[in-house]
Amino acid sequence: MVEWKNNGLSKTKIHVSNLDFYYGVTQALFDITMDIPSQRVTALIGPSGCGKSTFLRTLNRMNDIIDGTRVTGQVLIDDEDIYGSGADVVSLRKRVGMVFQKSNPFPKSLFDNVAYGPRTHGIKNHKQLSDIVERSLRRAALWDEVKDRLNVSAMDLSGGQQQRLCIARALAIEPEILLMDEPASALDPKATAKIEDLIDQLSDDYTIVIVTHNMQQAARVSDVTAFFYEGHLIEMGQTEQIFTKPQQKRTEDYITGRFG
Amino acid sequence: MRLTAYFVILVVGCIVFEIIWRGARVMNWEFLFSMPRRSGAEGGILPAIIGTFLLVAGSIAAAFPLGVATAIYLSEYARQGRFTHAVRVAIATLAGIPSIVFGLFGLGLFVIFFGWGCSIMSGCATLACMILPTIIVSSEEALRAVPQSLREGSLALGATKWQTIWSNVLPYSIGGMLTGTILAIGRAAGETAPILLTVAAFYLPRLPHSAFDQVMALPYHLYVLSTQHPDTAAVQPKAYGTALVLLILVLGVGLAAIILRIRVRKKYKW
Repeated sequence: MVEWKNNGLSKTKIHVSNLDFYYGVTQALFDITMDIPSQRVTALIGPSGCGKSTFLRTLNRMNDIIDGTRVTGQVLIDDEDIYGSGADVVSLRKRVGMVFQKSNPFPKSLFDNVAYGPRTHGIKNHKQLSDIVERSLRRAALWDEVKDRLNVSAMDLSGGQQQRLCIARALAIEPEILLMDEPASALDPKATAKIEDLIDQLSDDYTIVIVTHNMQQAARVSDVTAFFYEGHLIEMGQTEQIFTKPQQKRTEDYITGRFG
Repeated sequence: MRLTAYFVILVVGCIVFEIIWRGARVMNWEFLFSMPRRSGAEGGILPAIIGTFLLVAGSIAAAFPLGVATAIYLSEYARQGRFTHAVRVAIATLAGIPSIVFGLFGLGLFVIFFGWGCSIMSGCATLACMILPTIIVSSEEALRAVPQSLREGSLALGATKWQTIWSNVLPYSIGGMLTGTILAIGRAAGETAPILLTVAAFYLPRLPHSAFDQVMALPYHLYVLSTQHPDTAAVQPKAYGTALVLLILVLGVGLAAIILRIRVRKKYKW
């Protein structure tokens, strides 16, 4: 494994060291160590089943909800151990938002979707909620398309709009980090382009970690790329370097399409 | 095959027609809203209607919260394993137990051991035990029908497990739960055996005074009029009238279940 030192790009937001992950007795991640830079886009690439999604879900402890999973090693966010004994999952997930592969809008109105997180965290004032909803929808580049129909069901939106709604919903809790699990894999090229533009804008303020199947997408949107293979982190580096001068044979084979 | 299908329709048609035809003749305001006289040979069936209503309301009030809580525990909280499997087997067994056995159980536990006597309390508790499996199973199904992705979406926003269940699972499953519950109401209203041993009065031409009073109930009254009455031939029209009221009640409840399901399906789809 090649260790990539996050030198000079920006300060480290997430520091992962010696992370192992198990589904029951099956080990899915092996000794992952990496630094994820702050306010940059980090792409995780690799063939299906390589553990990139599993790794992403360790960053907001979403794997906790699966029975029989186990994590060893350390994940530090701003030097705070999220698996430490005093760590609180709820406040972690407020700091680390997530957007899923298959957009999962709640069968509620657009407004209620975006207001779901803030309401959960105790905001009841309608004016305050309206402000949050507007701001979040603007940030997710959806406001202009839906501002006149915030009361319609989220299920009436198109696929691309639904995914941007899910992004708005995640932004409404004002996270510092945004995890995206193949956010555009189910979308047509036009909707995908919108999502990619959005990721580009959001990276000014958020630390973004994105899992993608699509190498062109990784090359387009990310600053840093990490290549996973069979549960190991094979190589990590600045995206340009990974795609032009990979250090590892397997990385080269993958990005040139020899397997995957 | 087609003939057997016609045959089924014919049988249902005959039963319904017979009951409506004969029952409608005694149907009037007096029959519905007055006390029976001369052991039910004259007068109405008001105490039986009220009795059935009380038994249904009481048993649902007990079984619905208990059943939904059990279902939430089983499908959302409990680790799936030997224990939950054992509970599910127990529920399935409970659902298959003949209703007279529930009656005997109620007699032993509520009437005698708890000392509640033959009373509305005992009857409601017995009926609640009987319909509990239906409510648990339908509630569990309704919970499972909610996609896992909605739970994950909510948890990822920093909601706790209970907040997730309360505001992003239950609202979508309540329709299915109510559908099951309404079917259970139909069963609780129609069963004779469990109330026979625990609450039903042979002939009690007054309204109950307390939860520890006995009441008359429609299915038992029907049984009494048709087989136990000293002059069954003379009270036969009243028996058909009672049957018609019971039939309308149960079918009405079933219809309500269908309408409710359609409305909730329209409201929440994914």
